[in-house]
Amino acid sequence: MIKVLYFARLKESLNYSTEDMDLPVGVRTVAQLKDHLAKRGEAWANLFNSQHSIRAAINHALVENDAMIKNGDEVAFFPPVTGG
Amino acid sequence: MSVKVQTTDFDVGAEIVAMRLSSSHIGALVSFVGQVRDLNDGDSISSMFLEHYPGMTEKALSEIIAQAKTRWSIVDATIIHRVGELKPQDQIVLVLVASAHRQDAFSACEFMMDQLKTNAPFWKKEQTQNGFRWVEAKASDEAARQRW
Repeated sequence: MIKVLYFARLKESLNYSTEDMDLPVGVRTVAQLKDHLAKRGEAWANLFNSQHSIRAAINHALVENDAMIKNGDEVAFFPPVTGG
Repeated sequence: MSVKVQTTDFDVGAEIVAMRLSSSHIGALVSFVGQVRDLNDGDSISSMFLEHYPGMTEKALSEIIAQAKTRWSIVDATIIHRVGELKPQDQIVLVLVASAHRQDAFSACEFMMDQLKTNAPFWKKEQTQNGFRWVEAKASDEAARQRW
């Protein structure tokens, strides 16, 4: 199982803030998880098909698209940050 | 070194006094305060909401301080970032650095702000006369981060 969190514009567009899910078969990287989520529907596809504009973190650390995901991980997806 | 993420306001003067007197070997303190601007992209801003990622936010800010410490000689550093609902002229963020000499403090402070703008998980939503919109990340912020 992994925990997936969505923030900001993603959370609003998808109407999802967090979910627990089984790590899908064949999904090992962030890019593969994005592809998997894009298949859920139009809103998901619109956000996750543009791979570069959605950032990811695994267990509270920013990662690139090729980062590996394992069971027990907390994966977060969010737009580029705008703090400060 | 201190990192705080909070909804409540902070007192810059009090933070400076606390840091100034807390350690030895301090000859220079540099502070940056970011506040909510009433104008963005040509629109009047009536309020702003700061969303964040509890847990990762504190960790990211601590890492930014740690990175600065490897590059400059820093005696102490504090980052305070507010979240939640804010109004124009409200303070958003404080980056405060103390060092023996001023060059380290100036450079470390600017470096930490440039890192914070691109790596710390906060997202701003502003309210204009036309409704709410999420603030977009700027290419200039990424450029500022990369020059270090």
